[in-house]
Amino acid sequence: MAQIESLLATGSEVYTSARQAMLEQIARIRRLEERTRQASAASKTRFDRRGQLLPRERLGLLLDAGAPFLELSTLTGYRLDNPDPDKSVPGGGVVAGIGWVSGTRCLVFVNDSGIDAGALQPRGLDKQLRAQEIALENKLPYVQLVESAGANLLAYRVDEFVRGGNLFRNLARMSAAGLPVVTIVHGSSTAGGAYQTGLSDYIIMIRGRSRAFLAGPPLLLAATGEVATEEDLGGAEMHTAISGLGDYLAEDDRDAVRIARDLIGKLDWTRGAPPAPAPAPPPRYAAEELLGVMPFDYKRPVDMREVIMRIVDDSDFLEFGSRYGGATVCGNAMIEGHGIGIITNNGPIDTSGATKATHFIQACCQSRTPILYLQNTTGFLVGRAHEEAGIIKHGSKMIQAVTNATVPQITIYCGASFGAGNYGMCGRGFHPRFCFSWPNARIAVMGSEQAARTMTIVTTAARKRKGHAADDQGMAELERRIIDNFDSQMDVFTTSAHVLDDGVIDPRDTRAVLGLVLSVCRDAEHRTLQPMQFSVARP
Amino acid sequence: MAATPFTKILIANRSEIAVRIIRTARRLAYRTVAVYSDADVQAVHTHAADESVYIGASPSADSYLNIARIVEAARRSGADAVHPGYGFLSENPAFARACRDAGLVFIGPSPEAIAAMGDKATAKRLMQEHGLPCIPGYQGDDQSDAALLEQARRIGFPVMIKAVAGGGGRGIRRVQDANEFLPALRSARSEAQAAFGDSRVLLEKAIISPRHVEVQVFADRHGNAIHLGERDCSVQRRHQKLVEEAPSPAVDAAQRETIGSAAARAAVAIGYEGAGTIEYLLDASGQFYFMEMNTRLQVEHPVTEAITGLDLVELQLRVAAGEPLPLRQDQVRFSGHAIEVRLCSEDPTQSFAPQSGRMLRWTPYAGVRVDHALESGADIPTYYDSMIAKVIAHGASRDQARRQLIVALEDFVALGPATNQDFLIRCLRHPVFAAGDATTDFIDDQALALLGVPAGAAPLRAAVAAALLQYSSASTQPEAAPRAGLMPRVPLTLLYELDGQAVSVELTAPAPDQYRIALAGDVFELALQRLDETTVLITHDGYRRRAAYVRSAGSVLFAFAGGVHRIQDRRLAAAKHSAGDHDGRIRAQMTGRVVAIHAPAGTRVSVGQPVLTIEAMKMELTHCAPRSGILTQLLVELNAQVTQHRVVAQVEEPGAEAGGNAVPQEAS
Repeated sequence: MAQIESLLATGSEVYTSARQAMLEQIARIRRLEERTRQASAASKTRFDRRGQLLPRERLGLLLDAGAPFLELSTLTGYRLDNPDPDKSVPGGGVVAGIGWVSGTRCLVFVNDSGIDAGALQPRGLDKQLRAQEIALENKLPYVQLVESAGANLLAYRVDEFVRGGNLFRNLARMSAAGLPVVTIVHGSSTAGGAYQTGLSDYIIMIRGRSRAFLAGPPLLLAATGEVATEEDLGGAEMHTAISGLGDYLAEDDRDAVRIARDLIGKLDWTRGAPPAPAPAPPPRYAAEELLGVMPFDYKRPVDMREVIMRIVDDSDFLEFGSRYGGATVCGNAMIEGHGIGIITNNGPIDTSGATKATHFIQACCQSRTPILYLQNTTGFLVGRAHEEAGIIKHGSKMIQAVTNATVPQITIYCGASFGAGNYGMCGRGFHPRFCFSWPNARIAVMGSEQAARTMTIVTTAARKRKGHAADDQGMAELERRIIDNFDSQMDVFTTSAHVLDDGVIDPRDTRAVLGLVLSVCRDAEHRTLQPMQFSVARP
Repeated sequence: MAATPFTKILIANRSEIAVRIIRTARRLAYRTVAVYSDADVQAVHTHAADESVYIGASPSADSYLNIARIVEAARRSGADAVHPGYGFLSENPAFARACRDAGLVFIGPSPEAIAAMGDKATAKRLMQEHGLPCIPGYQGDDQSDAALLEQARRIGFPVMIKAVAGGGGRGIRRVQDANEFLPALRSARSEAQAAFGDSRVLLEKAIISPRHVEVQVFADRHGNAIHLGERDCSVQRRHQKLVEEAPSPAVDAAQRETIGSAAARAAVAIGYEGAGTIEYLLDASGQFYFMEMNTRLQVEHPVTEAITGLDLVELQLRVAAGEPLPLRQDQVRFSGHAIEVRLCSEDPTQSFAPQSGRMLRWTPYAGVRVDHALESGADIPTYYDSMIAKVIAHGASRDQARRQLIVALEDFVALGPATNQDFLIRCLRHPVFAAGDATTDFIDDQALALLGVPAGAAPLRAAVAAALLQYSSASTQPEAAPRAGLMPRVPLTLLYELDGQAVSVELTAPAPDQYRIALAGDVFELALQRLDETTVLITHDGYRRRAAYVRSAGSVLFAFAGGVHRIQDRRLAAAKHSAGDHDGRIRAQMTGRVVAIHAPAGTRVSVGQPVLTIEAMKMELTHCAPRSGILTQLLVELNAQVTQHRVVAQVEEPGAEAGGNAVPQEAS
């Protein structure tokens, strides 16, 4: 037992203002999420008229009553559809998350057809690919509620068309890997979307609503002159009885969800799951206090053990090598009964911190202990002494260890994530199994002021070499432009919009989220799939 | 007179009365033997006895009414006495005789006394001879239509037609005028013939809005007889008692002495032995009329036990053993007031149709006497009476007893087949009953107040239903249970039926066990807190109340604010396209026996046309064609036993597409 004690002054000005700022950020995110829900719900009348449920209503019925749902990347595409922060509708036109269906944990993917008839929105492709990757890596059955007009021809982009092939490749890979893919075709699923359906192992179609064809009536008429109705070309009755594309005929959305739930229950997927860990003691400090731990000014030092003690079982953290490389904190703990190694930053990463972290990562791999990176790093230490001490080679060792670690790694951007610190601490580029941001997180190659200072020093030196006079006003302008450019890209409203994480989480929810993803990782470790050389093929 | 000692009693009955008799027999160190039919293999009364003997198939005629099997059961088990309880063979002289012939002590009067009292006409004559006032009427041997009609005219309408061999409310008709007489006579006769094998009837002047008052008497074989005061059983439905009390609010001490001592004298005069009840009608002017004598322990005996402090079964056993009565009339003391209600598995909202099935949760209220033989998970068979418990409150005053009983019923948890719990509470609450003014017309007169849908609170009840439905749907697997931080921010349009009414609500859960429910313009925020496995505390805007609930397949039963409600989950049910889209299948609306087939297979039927009739617990339910077409399949035969919800027939429209085989199930 190694309970750690808090030295957080919860009455302090710093704490109070940090908490206030954090709450405002959370509220802003919730408002954006609500905007997306409202935008989708605006189609209710149209859906009602067709006897359809809104996509989120379908999702609500699909998920087990009251069961946890970890929704992924709600800010996807924010300000990429519309730069106006008050008009942009984030989400990428899709809803994705990990939830329970008939007692089975699944990756659930839903086309948000309430918005733009389900056409993919900016970065929606990345969100969808990431959802598929999560299912593959974590051996989760994949359930998709499909209704999409396909690509928006007005916003056609060739790069998305080509990269979009990955969607279908992933579906085929999932099937071959031994992961059931279950699809409800709630509405239109045309052209590329038809393969989203066709590559599924189980397909549920809805009488009078499902549409799956490579070319719809307009394109057919344009291409061949053939005249056909949508229902004849790709309706549920045709597909379930004639083409064999559909396996189940449902009467409406609710009925289709019933069949999907019934089917998933009967897959008996839980038979491969290890028993859940015993109930764990909660932390001794309130999660609520996580709101005020991180000062909004990321240059203020933070003792990240204040974070650890608010997320680990019983606030029990056994620190590893605390007297060596103390700015890089490593240690073992349990989260909701799952053993975990934690690496975090109480200062820049120095040579001893890098070597300690490397040692610790290798030790975690030896004992098959997942690793949690709580990032709050301004980067690796710089300077002559550090270069001489071999900061590059020690940093490289750390990056090698992170890259090649054989255990699940989970990253949370808790504050600063600058420079190579982002890499050494298992940033998104290093494919952590899951990656979440706190609302205050900042990601950049360096701090904006350092970047601006660097550029003015370089530019001034260049001017001097060329014999130009100093241009103080020009330099000030340059600095301002650089700072604006960096600042505009470093917060979660940009990083998460580009799907550089799996979503922004309320710091208070961190333990719940970690408990869930650790359980997902543990299930995946224990589960032996039945891979096949080829995917399941239809008749 | 000779003593007739015995040591081992066979109880020729079932359910609560068997358990109640066993309780006293145990206390007095008698061995007990229960009997059981197929339907009662696991019944509580079999476990309550020392031993139990199988006596035959589920229908009463094959088991509890089978004299030979019961006498044989006594022989096999070595029982030397038989207690018949009430109902079944308790007033069957042939049974009493068979017991006597087999050398068994019959705990009740002689076969001759039973026979004499069992024939209503004889009983009336006998009682008249011994000074008990009788209702003017006709009880002659001329049973011709003409003679009976003439007698009815002589007595004066309205008149009652009653089966001579009657009991249990069957074979009774009230006739307002001469025009109605012959049809009523025919139907009373056929009911009497079916129920008792004797179609003879008697006529009586109908007493307007009478009270039903009865006197408990006890007589021994040494010439002693006492009365234990009266019971008022005026609250009746279809001539079956629902609420009984002692003493009667309409009888004073002088009247008690008059009717009581007359009853006791009559018992001695006819050589009666054991427990008996003399039933009177009491009219508005205070005039008593003898109605009939019951030669057994009554269902409602506990109210007499409550106010006298006596154990009537003990008295029965002592008298049957040949002992003299242990007390004289002047030693009988009355204390306070007792009220009993009969809790029945029947649905008051559906003409009191009897309900069978599994009692999922059964927690009798602990603060009052409850005579029952149920437990959670026990089945209520379709073959027998629908009464499942008697709840008895005893207070210093009538109103105290009444209030106790209301509390007891409100807190009584009976989640399973529908019961009359709420109906009984409404009876007890009703100002007419509270004032002690209920007559036998009470339920008919006040039907609206007793059966109508209560105004108000309905949206809250629907919201509570939604919350409970969602709460009870949550997984018990810890990782899949609701948890803060991972609540789905996904709206849920929940569809369900609440007591048969379709309800749609928008439900969100901001935190575990907290629900925000929008329905028809109202928003309810409810928090649920687990108290035990099936009880939750429901907080609505700071107002906290308990609710008991139980979940079974796609339905949830819950008791909240004094009523039991049933929720059927419909969230995953396909919307019905139109009323014309009925699948044409007729499903048994209750578990029971097919007693009539009105349309043979292959015939054309039109919508609403009767196809077959199912009977259970003395109640018949006709099943009609759900649409017009050909009755292509009849899956049952006459007299077949059918299970509720099973398809019994199929009506198809030729040429129409046949429906699929899969019947969608509700969410699990």
